[in-house]
Amino acid sequence: MQALATDLELLQTVLYSGAFGLVLLGLYAMASHRHLVRILLGLTLLEGGANLFLVAVGFRADAVAPIVTPGAQALPMVDPVPQALILTAIVIGVGVLALGLALTVRVFEVHGTLDVRALAQRLTQAGEATPEEPSPAPPVSVTRDAS
Amino acid sequence: MSSRTFASLVFTLGLGLILASVMQGLPLGGAPMQVGQAIVAQAPEAVGTANIVTSVVLAYRGLDTLGELTILFAAATAGGLVLSGRRPSHATQSQAGFILRTGAGLLFPFLLALGAYIILHGHLTPGGGFQGGAIIAAAFFVPLLSRPESPFNEAVASVIEGAAGAMFIVIGLLSLTNGGSFLEPLLGTGELGELFSAGSLPLLYVAVGLKVGAELAGLLVHLGGLGEAG
Repeated sequence: MQALATDLELLQTVLYSGAFGLVLLGLYAMASHRHLVRILLGLTLLEGGANLFLVAVGFRADAVAPIVTPGAQALPMVDPVPQALILTAIVIGVGVLALGLALTVRVFEVHGTLDVRALAQRLTQAGEATPEEPSPAPPVSVTRDAS
Repeated sequence: MSSRTFASLVFTLGLGLILASVMQGLPLGGAPMQVGQAIVAQAPEAVGTANIVTSVVLAYRGLDTLGELTILFAAATAGGLVLSGRRPSHATQSQAGFILRTGAGLLFPFLLALGAYIILHGHLTPGGGFQGGAIIAAAFFVPLLSRPESPFNEAVASVIEGAAGAMFIVIGLLSLTNGGSFLEPLLGTGELGELFSAGSLPLLYVAVGLKVGAELAGLLVHLGGLGEAG
C-alpha cells in the first residue's frame, strides 16, 4: 500500500509538472515570438496545460471512468466535474483559436505582414502621417478630401 | 540573445518558480473530491445518465453549458464577420488528386453516422454533443478541402445553428412551466443505460451537437476561404 501511495505521488508530480510546463512553454512562446501565428500556437499550448492540470486534479488511484455500467459492481470513480469542465473548454478553445486565426488572416490581407514589430511600426506611422491606405483595403473618401 | 528573448526567459522562470511553490501545496495522493463524490453517488438515480460527465454538463451545470454555447456562437459570428466579404479563393485553389477526392466522398457518410452516434449516445458512453458536433463539422469540411468549389450552403447552416440554439433554450424554458428551475431535466429518468433514458438530456445534446457542428463547419469554411463566402 505504501508503495502504491508513493507511486501515485510520483505520477501526480509528473502530471502536474507536465501541465505547468506546458503553461510555461506556452507563455514563453507568446512572450518571445513576434510572429502572430506562433503567438496563437503559444496560446494553444497554454490552454492545453490548463486543461491537463484540471483533469489531473480529478485523477484518483484505481478509479474508473465516471460511467455507470448497469449490473456491474460499483467501483470508485474519478471526479466527473473537471472532465465536464474540460469537455466544453476544449470546444471553446477551438472557437477562440479559429477567431484568432481569422483575425490573423485579415491582418495579413490588410498589412501584408504578421510580424508584431513591423505591424506596430506601420500602425504608428499610419497614425502620425497622412492616412495612407494599404492597397487591398477599400478606398476611403476622407483621404481624398484631405489632399 | 535579444533583449526580448531575455526578458521572456526571466518572466517565464519567475512564473515557473511561483508555480513550483504552488505545486508544493497541492495535495498529492488524491485531491479531495466532495462535489464529485456527491454527484457520482446520486447522479445515476437523480438524472438517469450512465455517463456521469453528461449529467454534470447538462443537468448540474446546464446553465454554464448554455453560456459556453453563447461564447462559441460569439466566436463563430465574429469569425464570420471578420472574414466576410472576401472573394472566395477557390479560383486559385487547385483540386486535390483523384484518391483524396474519392476518399473524401467515401468518408462523408461514415463521419456523419459516427457523429450522429456519438451525439445520440452522449448520455451512455463517452462522447456527446460537443464531440459529435466536431465530427459532423469535419464530415462537411473534408469534402470541401478536397474539392474547393463544391457548394456549402451557409444559409442552411446558420438556420440549423439558430434552430438548435433556440431548441436548447426552449427545452430550458419548458422546465420552468412545470414549476421547476431553468434547464431542469424533464420527462423522468427512464431506465439507466437505455438509449431512450435520462429524460430531456439527449434532446439537449442533439441541440448542442447540431449547433456545434454548424458553427464549426461555418468557421472552417470561412477560414479556408471556401464555399460562397460573403
